[in-house]
Amino acid sequence: MQHHTISALVENSAGVLSQVSRLFSRKGYNIESLAVGVTDDPAISRITIIMIGDDLAAKQMISQFRKLRPVIYVQEMDAEQSVHRELLLVKVKTETKDARDEVIQISNIFRANIIDVSRGALTLSITGDTEKNNALIKLLEEFGILELARTGIVALERGPYTIHDENK
Amino acid sequence: MKMKSTQALFECLLEQGVDTVFGYPGGTILNVYDEFERNGYGKKIRHILTAHEQGAAHAADGYARSTGKVGVCFATSGPGATNLTTGIATAYMDSSPVVFLSVNVGENLIGRDAFQEVDITGITMPITKATYLVRDASQLADIVREAFAVAASGRPGPVLIDILKNVTAEEVDFTPLPKEEHIKHGRLAALANRASSPLKHPAPKEKDLETLLQLIQKAKKPMVLAGGGIIRSGASKEFTAFVEKLDAPVAVTLMGQGAISGRHPLCTGMIGMHGTMASNVTTAACDLFIAVGTRFSDRVTCDLAQFSQQAKVVHIDIDRSEIDKNVVTAYHIIGDAKEILKALCDRMPQYQHKEWLEQVDGWRKEPDRQRSGMLDPKEVFASIDRQLGDDVIIATDVGQHQMWAAQYYNYSRPGQLLTSGGFGTMGFGLGAAIGAKIGNPDRVVIHATGDGCLRMNGNEYATAEYYGAPVITVLFNNGTLGMVRQWQTLIYNKRYAQTDLDRGPDFLKYAAAFGMPAWRVETAEQFDEALKQAIQCGQSALIECIIDIDEKVWPMVAGGAPITQFLLK
Repeated sequence: MQHHTISALVENSAGVLSQVSRLFSRKGYNIESLAVGVTDDPAISRITIIMIGDDLAAKQMISQFRKLRPVIYVQEMDAEQSVHRELLLVKVKTETKDARDEVIQISNIFRANIIDVSRGALTLSITGDTEKNNALIKLLEEFGILELARTGIVALERGPYTIHDENK
Repeated sequence: MKMKSTQALFECLLEQGVDTVFGYPGGTILNVYDEFERNGYGKKIRHILTAHEQGAAHAADGYARSTGKVGVCFATSGPGATNLTTGIATAYMDSSPVVFLSVNVGENLIGRDAFQEVDITGITMPITKATYLVRDASQLADIVREAFAVAASGRPGPVLIDILKNVTAEEVDFTPLPKEEHIKHGRLAALANRASSPLKHPAPKEKDLETLLQLIQKAKKPMVLAGGGIIRSGASKEFTAFVEKLDAPVAVTLMGQGAISGRHPLCTGMIGMHGTMASNVTTAACDLFIAVGTRFSDRVTCDLAQFSQQAKVVHIDIDRSEIDKNVVTAYHIIGDAKEILKALCDRMPQYQHKEWLEQVDGWRKEPDRQRSGMLDPKEVFASIDRQLGDDVIIATDVGQHQMWAAQYYNYSRPGQLLTSGGFGTMGFGLGAAIGAKIGNPDRVVIHATGDGCLRMNGNEYATAEYYGAPVITVLFNNGTLGMVRQWQTLIYNKRYAQTDLDRGPDFLKYAAAFGMPAWRVETAEQFDEALKQAIQCGQSALIECIIDIDEKVWPMVAGGAPITQFLLK
């Protein structure tokens, strides 16, 4: 079992996301993350999916995915040949000055940003790959995490190549 | 050209060559139905009003399967649309091209739980190739053109167009476009340009053919499996030529019946749960297994883990997502069966597998069937064969009679057997038979059914009678849900939970209520005579065959068991 990153361009229209997510649930695929947003072309959205499974399952999922009418391109991203990022927002309990100082220190080391401050809590934002973000969460757990939200992974290929090249 | 959007819709149907629509009107679809009268489209396109939307869906499906054309079916919103769903799923599982068209409530009512409002595009998403919600009248023609192309192309299947009611009242600027031009315009042009476009399939590559030809050359015991893809591709001639040159045994799936004549000496009959001994044992003994246009359903493979393990499995299919889905293959070619088989045939020498075929012939054994002394279903099909032969179309429902129809009749051409293979829809047969008769008025259409199935959708006799589309029902009445009872007998220790149908109706009286002649027969001679009269009478007729409650379908492999592990009686 390994992680597969699957990237797709889809028509930016109503019902597409539900069609995609329903395909995964009815085929029984194990999805770890799903992120979607509009691209530079307002008519097209990009969906990035992290799926757990063997190579055969990933191949099967891609061919099922490709069959959906609103799906324009689908590509599996090579982990080495692509960059992965997700945005994480985390609200940490900081009731004492010591706690606050220490969280700020950790935040600096991870190059996270403090985007909200109050007496009892700090909210951090960080962009990174899943491992880095998980490492930060682990460190913050001892202070007490009040709330957490993450966007799911988005990815692009390294170099000048694009999803269009892959599908030519 | 300015016109009402509904008029543009009918112009689009005429562009596609549609001359028959099956359907059922209702509140929201009134503007569409009005065109049958208002602008006289009813003179160019015949509307068949069924008793129930499910019947309309199956009829459009049966019409499509038996003519090779795209079927068309109308329904209103809400319950009209949801009544289609079993029919849509049936068409989807068996890759039958049907355009379903429903009209939803108007834009001002959408999402307000209005009267007869339902999210039908959402409901049918997993059982269609594509769904379209038309909110903008200017898009309507473009969407209808795309829907027809998507339904018919590649691996065919149903699509659904849901139009908002306000859209059906608007004016549009309609530009007529001949069908051949559609692909160059609008949404279809964009779709055709995609890398993985469903509208095109690459011609077989020389390199791929070469690899397969080498596998064929090395094989000592090749066998071929014919699936429904050969039927949809219209490739039965190419398929037969291919297997003759390969000189290999051929098994057929339920959906592949008619891909090669059942009388052909290479044909070993059906494969799978109720397959012949020859087909199943050959599957477990061959060294090269070439599957054409099939999806390795669980009813075919039986125990997947042990399926044809000793052989190299090669898969030829038009749908990439079928490759390695169920059976992991050694090699595959994606494309249209007709083109690939012809290309292979052109590059192949004439093989001789005399010893292997003799070995296979040794496995051709009639299953040992205990006879009850009552009318034998096998004799019923023999009588149909004697009297109607290759000209007949047989539409079935689901259950024991369906398997007998597959086992005891030698189909010789595509579209001769219409059956719900994938979805297993009880109640499919009568609607499908009516659709087939309307599409093939010169052929005799037999509707083979059981008492359980006929009680589901028998209401459609009114449709058959009214439109002069006679079908001859051959009803196998055993007073039980026979196939379920068979499982209860063999696997559930004879606990017959809720399968007895000891409660009528009297099917002769039922037929009489529709003005149909009907016969109750208990011997093969009586059946012979009744069928003769039914064919002559020129209207729908019903022949009720009284058979033993414990009549069974043999051979049988229990669900999940290896393909050669036949249950004994």
